[in-house]
Order: sequence, then C-alpha cells, then structure tokens
Amino acid sequence: MTAFILRRLLQSLGVLIAVALIAFLMFRFVGDPVNQMVGIDTPQAEVERLRQELGLNDPVLVQIARFIANAARFEFGISYQFRLPVTQLLAERAPATLELALVSAIFSLAVGIPMGVYTALRRDSALAKAFQAVSLVGVSLPTFLIGILLIYLFSVTLGWLPSFGRGQVVKLGNGWSTGLLTTSGLKALILPAITLGLFQMTLIMRLVRAEMLEVLRTDYIKFARARGLKTRAIHFGHALKNTLVPVITIAGLQLGSIIAFAIITETVFQWPGMGLLFLKAVQSVDIPIMAAYLMMIGFLFVVINLIVDLLYALVDPRLRATIGSA
Amino acid sequence: MKQMDKTRLPALFAATLLATTALVTWSAEAKTLRWARSQDATTLDPHSGNTGPNHVLGHNIYEPLVIRGFDGKLVGALATSWRVLPDNPSVWEFKLRPNVKFHNGNAFTADDVVFSIKRALMPAADMKSLLVSVEDVTKVDDLTVQFKTKGPNPLLVNNLTNLFIMDKEWSEANNAATPQNLKEKTENGATRNANGTGPFTLVSREPDVRTVVKKNDAYWGNAEYNHGITEIVYRPIPEAATRVAALLSGEIDYLQDVPVQDIARLQTAQGIKVEAGPENRPIFLGFNIGLPELRSSDVKGKNPLADVRVRQAINTAINRDAIQRVTMRGQSEPVGMVWSRFINGYDKAMDTWPKYDVAAAKKLLADAGYPNGFSITLHTTNDRYVNDEGIAQSVVAMLGQIGVKVTLVAHSLRVHFPGIQRGEYDFYLLGWGIPTFDSHYIFNDLYRTKTPSAGTWNGTGLSNAELDAKIDSLNSEVDTAKRNATIVDIWKWIKENDVYAPIHVQFIAGAMRSEWTIPTDVENTPKMKFLGASRS
Repeated sequence: MTAFILRRLLQSLGVLIAVALIAFLMFRFVGDPVNQMVGIDTPQAEVERLRQELGLNDPVLVQIARFIANAARFEFGISYQFRLPVTQLLAERAPATLELALVSAIFSLAVGIPMGVYTALRRDSALAKAFQAVSLVGVSLPTFLIGILLIYLFSVTLGWLPSFGRGQVVKLGNGWSTGLLTTSGLKALILPAITLGLFQMTLIMRLVRAEMLEVLRTDYIKFARARGLKTRAIHFGHALKNTLVPVITIAGLQLGSIIAFAIITETVFQWPGMGLLFLKAVQSVDIPIMAAYLMMIGFLFVVINLIVDLLYALVDPRLRATIGSA
Repeated sequence: MKQMDKTRLPALFAATLLATTALVTWSAEAKTLRWARSQDATTLDPHSGNTGPNHVLGHNIYEPLVIRGFDGKLVGALATSWRVLPDNPSVWEFKLRPNVKFHNGNAFTADDVVFSIKRALMPAADMKSLLVSVEDVTKVDDLTVQFKTKGPNPLLVNNLTNLFIMDKEWSEANNAATPQNLKEKTENGATRNANGTGPFTLVSREPDVRTVVKKNDAYWGNAEYNHGITEIVYRPIPEAATRVAALLSGEIDYLQDVPVQDIARLQTAQGIKVEAGPENRPIFLGFNIGLPELRSSDVKGKNPLADVRVRQAINTAINRDAIQRVTMRGQSEPVGMVWSRFINGYDKAMDTWPKYDVAAAKKLLADAGYPNGFSITLHTTNDRYVNDEGIAQSVVAMLGQIGVKVTLVAHSLRVHFPGIQRGEYDFYLLGWGIPTFDSHYIFNDLYRTKTPSAGTWNGTGLSNAELDAKIDSLNSEVDTAKRNATIVDIWKWIKENDVYAPIHVQFIAGAMRSEWTIPTDVENTPKMKFLGASRS
C-alpha cells in the first residue's frame, strides 16, 4: 500500500513537470509581460532592461529549469502586476474559491441525488419530466449565460440577492476569511454556488437516474420484492446504496474540476477567488501567477485521483488485492 | 457635429436639472460613493506603475504638486505657484503649500518632495519615464524646491500631475523608501498601505476586491473643495455585464468604463444617468511607409503605402461619419489629425479630414498606379479601445469599395503593442493618450525616427531628419511663441504627408445613480475632490 502511494506521488512529480513544460511553452504566445508592466511612454531601452532583469530573454528551457528549481522550494516569485508574493496572493484567494466549490458541491449532491431518485422511480410523472427538462438546460447552457440570467432575475429585477462580490467576510485566526458567518456573505454565495453547481447537479441527477434504473432491474431487487420487503427499504436501503458507488467517484473527481473551472463563475460574479486571479493574470501576462496556479491545479488533480484510487480499493476488495501486491 | 449637439442637448438639460435638485438635498447627510470600474490599481505604491487605474486611486489618497481638473486645466495642489527661474531656464521653482499634514500627522515639507521625486526616479519606478529630463531636485527652504533639468524643459510641470508626494519619514520607517523591486521577495510597505496628504485617508485595501477610503477631516482643501463625500468604496468589476447589473440593482453609485452597447439602455433606466464626453485620446490607422516591400501585400518589389496618393486614397475612402454613427453609436468625435482639442498645438482650422468620396479615392489609387487596388493586412487590438475591432471591420468594408482587399487580424493588446514597437505591421490601428496635453508628446513617440529612447510607438518606418530636428528643438525651446510656431510647422508637414489616417477621438462614458453628478474627466481619472466645484 505504502509503495503504491509513494509510486503514485513520484508519478505526480512527472505530471507536474509536464504541466510546467507545457505552461511555459504556452506563455510565449500569451503576449509580452513587460509591455503590461510599464507605462505606455516607456522608452524601448528601458523595456529591454526590464526584460533582461526578469530573465525573459533566456531560452525557454532555462526559464523552465529556473522555475522548477524555485517551485521545489515553494518559491513562486513576485507577481508582475500586484508586486506581491504569489504564494501569499494565492493563499489569500484560496478560501473564497474553496468555500464556493464546497457549497456548490454540496448543493449539487443534495439536490441532484433526490432529483435523480425521483425521476427514476416516477419516470412518467409530470414533475420528473420537468426535472429532466431543467437538467437539459443545465447541461446545455454555458455557465456564463446562466450566471448572467440569474443576476438579471434575482439582482436586477427582484433585487433579492447581490449581483457581485463576496459580501461581508470574517477573518478566522490563521488568515482564513469566511463568508459563511454573515448574512451578506451567505446571500452573496447563493447565486455563484448555483451557477457553478448546476452542471454538476444535472450530471449527478442523470447519473443517479440511470444507475437507479439499472439497479431496479437486477435480480436481487426482484428477490427483495418477492420477499415482501417494503418499497421504501428496497428503494433506499438496497437500490440507492448500490447506486452511490459510482456517484461518489464522479462527485470526487468533479470536485477537482469545480475548483479548477470556477474561473468563469468567479468572473461573472466578481468572486474574489483564485480563478479570478488567474484570469486577470492571463490578461496582464503575469507569468508567476499563471505558472503557480497551473501547478497548483495540476497537483490538485493528481491528489484527487490518488484519493479516488484509494477509495476504490476500500470499496472494492478485488482491487485491494492487486494494489497490495503491486 | 451639428447633429450630435442636438441629440446631446436634452441629456445636458436633464443633467443640469438633476444637478440642481441634488444640490438642495446635498449637504445634510453623510454620503458614501460606491464606485466601480473594470480594473483595479495594481498597487497603491504611487511610483510603481504609470497606469490610469493606479492614478485614479492614488488621487484620492495622495497629491501631486499640480493637478488637472475634470476639464484638464492645471491647478495647484501641493504647490501654490511655480515658475522657470528668469536667469536660468533649466531650473523650475515650486513654492509649496504651507500647513499641510500627512494622514499620520507628519508635516509636509520640501524634504518630502525631494524624497518622492528621487524615489520616482529609481530604476524600479515606472514613473521615471515622466522625469527623464530631471537632473536633480533640491530643497531651497522648507517650502521651496527647485528642479534642475538637463537643458531647459518648458513642459516639466505638465509631467508632474500624477507624480504623488509621499512622506519621507513614514516611507523610511515602513520599508517603502524604494518602490517594489521584482527581485525582492518581501512586500513593500507602500503596496497596500498609504500615507498621503490627499482628501481621503485609506481605511482598507483588498487588491482586486475592495478599497475603502474615508474623508480626511484635516485636509487643507476641505473649505475650498466641498465634495460632500464621507466615504468611497472602490470595487473593480472586470465583467461588463455584471458591472452594469450592479448599477441597475443599486449596489453601486458610479460606474466608470460603461460598455458602448449599454449606454442607450442605461440612459432610459429609472434613476440612472449617463455622462459621456471625449477622452484625450485619438484613434488612428498607421501606414508602414518605410519598408521597400510590404509583407502582406500582393504588390511585389515596391511599397504602395510609400506613395502619398495611396495614403490619401485610403484617407478619402474612410467614412468617418458612418463610423461615428454606426460603429460608435455616436460615442466619438471624428478628427483630422492624430490629436484632440484639449492639447497645446490644436488648431481648429487644421482639424479637417477629406470628404468621404469613393470615386475620388479610386482616382487617387489609379494615379498612383493601382487601378485595381492591392491586398494588405490590417492589425488591430480587440480589447483596448472602445469598439476597436468594430472600427477595423468598418475600415475593411470601406476599403473594399476602392479595391483595397484588407485581411483583418484582431488580437489582444498584449500581442498587438509589442508588434507595433517592433515595426512588424504593414497597416495597424492604434490609440494615443496625451497625458502632457502638448503636441510634443505625439510627435516624439509617433513621428520621430525610432531610437532606443524616442519614436517608441512609431511603427510606420517614418524617418525624416529635418522633422526629427524640429521635434527635438521643442524639448528645450523656452520661448513659448517660438515653440508654438515650430509646433504649427510640424503639424503642417504632417497634414501633407498622411503617415497616419486619423479616425476619431473616442468618448468615455460614466453612469451613475441620479443623485450624483460626476462629469467626464478628459484623462479618465476623475478626481472626486473637485465634485463640489463642478456642482456649483
């Protein structure tokens, strides 16, 4: 088991180096960072000097090597635009993104699973059909548009919820800022969380529905019925439980993408998280932030994958044997 | 022009009416201005970045020696008077305002000015590009400083309007004696904290989220500038649709950077009004005349743009009224030169452009030897100026009418600007803000021969020694009449040579809840302390 985890962690190093490599190759096409840093009337000589100082004239491979050497020591440098250490900037933004991701994940599970169960059990009811229609909207409309529509409905027209920002935040001891403890913070969380979670919610609903339908056809459910068990016990004690194994896997993997792809939702709602920071970094060619963010997301996916693999092993004894001997 | 005045009159009338009603209810209550725009200042350090958003925030907290009002007029801020020494044209003398205190209570003296200017001249300070002519700054007495320039510089004072004065003692005590160097690993004390003399003091700063300032009760100008604002909450919202929604839902009071397509809708929205006016920024097309053969054209062996008749043809084929009416939805003013009416050297008589005439343009092309036109690539930004890509698309269609087949390449300013500076384009769109409000700023960067220190944005390949000599003479000519005569001379040369095709001066629009009246600032850096003055 330990050997398995160690080997996976070593592999993840390879993944991260690959991410750094691809990132730096791409940075050359994003534009010129120095141009974004200086005023418009800066003479060419000064621009050249700055470029030299930042090491932008070095070959790409040298730049990558330098970045990886620094990253190994958790040194990501100073942001070109904010003139603040990148690690500090990311750490300040992380709570906003993580809270948003967590709440939308809970939302998508708490709403998606019951909807999925309902649509599977009462396939022909009007409500189930309505749920199906809503899920179609969730899958097909882009996040951006959903966000704007929600803003126009709930902020501009009805005036119930704020259209942007995070509301009042409270600082907890070690610098974690939370919006979960104030009314304005909670209100500000509703629209972004729904926007971000809607796609996952539909995904989970459809998954649960399909799995439920599958399980309800199996022999052991038929036997359970034949034994005269209560419908409720069959549906929730046996069918749903067996449905949840793949749902947990997907939900776990999706948490990674919720964090990584919060970028669009954060932009629409001016949510001060890491995604917004990354997008701004792309706009101003802030290479230190872009590089650090991509590395972090790469690492996140590696870790989540590892955890999911380990969970598999816990859930399925057959896999445990192969992992243990490997 | 006439037509536009007519459409703007009712809006102006309404604005005045609202302004008068606002006056009545004004003074009694505490006022918080919730202000949003597309981008935040990158840092509070006043000398670190030379960009508009930084200066906008800076003007609330810090003060320069001299400042420009909403109309662009120079007014004293920390300096009460300034002059060039009569016996030495290379020395500017500034008399400083007495009894001014920094927000922490420290007294403001000449030492702070000397410290700040020297700080802004350091290698890590972006503001140094405005001070290239400064050789030394010295203190004469506590309320007098002298700037010694490398040779006479009649325009020095114009370069100081965004150069903020910091407190020497505070800066040295708080790790802010130098601007943030990117090689350093620690945070500079001035990045998130501030101690200025300005009309507002910093309450809190969260980069990219929210910056709060409150009225400085000890401000020297409180009697003179009765702005009535007790607190400003400044929030960047990059996403245009969200920005507009936040204003409509009443979460913010004042919105800078209103998207052109939303102006009409905001004007009709209940409780909201829009103030629009020209920015000090012409938009124009550049022709590469220096190349022996264009890289993107089917004409081989020669450069069609090197022939002034071709440039005139293109100039004549551009329908500026249509661009103003359709592409810009009225939010621009056509110009005949790469200038604006706010600058020194502007001459209304010369601000003319060829009448849109397809037949005449075709004839000019035929005379130049291209009766069937030619092909060329036009490069433009799509994220910098108001409707920049739309303008370029209109130009493509208009030039198609005279047989010039234009391929359009629209990309981000991050790619576009370095391309212009490296002279990589045959035909390109660019805009040029004029912070010094003087023609020299245009000549020196757009028309002068490219060298490491001048002609930085001259992507046309234009290189004319005689013109360069005239441009350089403006640097040190202290006789205003003589200097202005040279400026006229240069504009005349420009008028004949059509190295650029000017299109328009773009408007900037601000939208606000109707209890506010915040006029358009020609530099797009509204200074809220002047609000009281504009209301009365």
